[in-house]
Amino acid sequence: MKTASITRRNVNWGNIAISLAAPLVALLVATGLTSALMAISGIDPADAFSTLGSRMSERTAWIDATQRAVPLYISAIAVAIGFKMNLFNIGVEGQYRVAMLTVVAVGTSVELPPVLHVTLCIVAAMAAGALWATIPALLKVYRGVSEVISTIMLNYIATGVLAFLFAEVFAIREEGRLNPKSEELPKSAWMPNLVSENLHNISGFIFVAAALGVAYYVLVWKSRFGFRLRASGTNPTAARTAGIDPKRMVVSAMLLSGAVAGLVGMPQVLGDKHAYSSDLQLGLGFSGIAVALLGRNSPVGIIAAAMTFGFLDSAAPFLDLESIPKEIVVIMQGVLVLTVVVVYEIARRVKERRTQERASRSLDAALAVAS
Amino acid sequence: MTLTASPAPAEQLPPPATGPVGRWPGLPAWQRTVVVVVGALAVMSLVRVISGANGLTSQGTIGAALRLAVPIGMAGLGGIFAERVGIVNIGLEGMMVLGTWFGAYGAYEFGPWWGLLLGVAGGALGGLLHAIATVTFNVDHIISGVAINIVGPGLARFLSVIAYDAESGGSATQSPRRSGEIADITVPGISSGLKSLEDRHWFFVSDVAGVVRGLTTSVSLATIAAAVILVAASFLLWRTRFGLRLRAIGENPYSAESLGVPVLRIKYGGVVLSGMCAGFGGAFLSIVLASIYREGQTGGKGFIGLATMIFGNWRPGGLAAGALLFGYSDGLQLRASSAVPALFLLAAILCALVAAVDVARKRFVAASIVSAAGAMFLIGYLTVDELADSLSYLTPYVVTLVVLATSSQRLRPPAAEGQPYRRGEAH
Repeated sequence: MKTASITRRNVNWGNIAISLAAPLVALLVATGLTSALMAISGIDPADAFSTLGSRMSERTAWIDATQRAVPLYISAIAVAIGFKMNLFNIGVEGQYRVAMLTVVAVGTSVELPPVLHVTLCIVAAMAAGALWATIPALLKVYRGVSEVISTIMLNYIATGVLAFLFAEVFAIREEGRLNPKSEELPKSAWMPNLVSENLHNISGFIFVAAALGVAYYVLVWKSRFGFRLRASGTNPTAARTAGIDPKRMVVSAMLLSGAVAGLVGMPQVLGDKHAYSSDLQLGLGFSGIAVALLGRNSPVGIIAAAMTFGFLDSAAPFLDLESIPKEIVVIMQGVLVLTVVVVYEIARRVKERRTQERASRSLDAALAVAS
Repeated sequence: MTLTASPAPAEQLPPPATGPVGRWPGLPAWQRTVVVVVGALAVMSLVRVISGANGLTSQGTIGAALRLAVPIGMAGLGGIFAERVGIVNIGLEGMMVLGTWFGAYGAYEFGPWWGLLLGVAGGALGGLLHAIATVTFNVDHIISGVAINIVGPGLARFLSVIAYDAESGGSATQSPRRSGEIADITVPGISSGLKSLEDRHWFFVSDVAGVVRGLTTSVSLATIAAAVILVAASFLLWRTRFGLRLRAIGENPYSAESLGVPVLRIKYGGVVLSGMCAGFGGAFLSIVLASIYREGQTGGKGFIGLATMIFGNWRPGGLAAGALLFGYSDGLQLRASSAVPALFLLAAILCALVAAVDVARKRFVAASIVSAAGAMFLIGYLTVDELADSLSYLTPYVVTLVVLATSSQRLRPPAAEGQPYRRGEAH
């Protein structure tokens, strides 16, 4: 009887079922809320969802979704590294913008064979991102400034400084060009596409993103550093007592997050535009926060979250064709994040209570047997 | 038993520091304030005379500073209400965005005062959302705030498409221009009487004239409403039973609970009030500072407000000083961007003062670092004649960072800030 109770305790089917049901419940609630909002605004939710549904059967839709998911995935991993130790790096946005201009500056000033050139650019991007992240890290460690506010201020500062540098130093003015552009990177610094079907591409950076995902998993869950990181995040006091230097952890986590953030703009700069231009896609850092929250900081969960966001982003123009405002996509994304966060919190509480009840039941049973 | 009848918990706490001013024994608070204000004005006057940047203390700059301080100060007040009940509110920015949208919509449809009211309601909606997530469901405060910062602008964009796409002048990113304005008032006599004095550009005297004129010329009634709200909020927080309970919850919710305070209800109240303040700040942006709603209008003012709250040590008085400081850096950049390089000189002088204090206290390492920074600022002042617009636009953000980096050490946030609370789980 004793062994039976132990094996049963090891596999808690009810809790597993709750874990599996949580994302489905969140999806249902989010769908319901968005539908309600659409209905109030005089849009037929059935129209919107059937448009999205019909996109799902198109091959090109998934190519576009994947292409959009790659930078989102990298961005979310950068955010998640911070989240794992309760650091909120809202500055991914600024870090990747700084890295984009740095890479163009470095990449256009040297001549190297193809693979080396791309590698150099990637290293430069990571260094630039990490460097920009050093400022909030040091401010937090030495001056106690909340990283949330300092990274947000640094986002604005990056925007202004980059606009200034681009306009004064890098932009090449040409007659009849609408979007100013910097000098183009030499072909040796281009990242080739993995898939390319009439204007629908998937960048070779998908491999970089995949490698990052694996590295993130190994580093955070399988290494000593990752253990210290999670320990500092879960219980800073206990971690400190165990000899983990919190200041060092803050600085290294922030630099690591910044280095990864530096890569967010690379699919655009090395894979698509091959230059710094005024029509680069911005805001990937902020979307990364949402994707990391949606993916619960898990390397696999973030894939699903990035694909969801990528799919919705690429489907938005098709909603517009059906005269449904494409902005509904942003609402869906936001509502989805909020409901996922709330539903998981409820699921965690229910699981906790079930585990406690179970423990007290088996304790009662054991006491009954003993008496 | 009520909390007022018992020994007030607030009095058992270590005496709160008095904001950024620091502590000089023997001087009452109002005298310290006077000393600081006069000192600051003298330094500014010195910088103005040396650099010749008369925009530093002109009526136009001070008036703009006052106007621009309102949204930042209201966001900061929102921060105080939330954090005093122990809820961190990073979502202020998103709530402000809702305030800008609903404010502009109300002003366009019904008139500017209704707009302000509707903006407050929009902010309250954001606050309610944050309260549901953090108070009822115990979601991490920062995560919920970040989510609200994503949802707020998304909702504003969506509503714009619905409400404004068919209107002329409106689009997915902005509202049509509206007509009605909130009235300005000018104190008769003072404004015109001091003009000649300001125009002499004398040391100190003209600066005082410029500041007084700035505070008495074309002040919007909405600005005065904001000042009244700030005073009313400090009264509410420090002189009423509700305020005492609210602050007690931010320090120790379980103690408050044991004394019979309805913790959850008051937490909801604090967070919704927080959203209302942010909504007022947002509506002020789209009604008084502009005559339309524009996407990205808040430009991080919610976050700057949060920084102001920290600077002001979670108290309305310090908050007001901080809001004026940030409003000033923003106003200078907007109204007299040629005067921005003079701030380098100001920074150099401040560094020299700090270094002198450090030397007097025999902290030589700190003194040398500060002197080095001062030298850099001086070089910056001597070499930079004019800043590009894209750089002078950064003034408020850089000032925020510098102020936080130099002031956030001896501050005391509410003790239970950011911690989850569940009824009956005292430990």
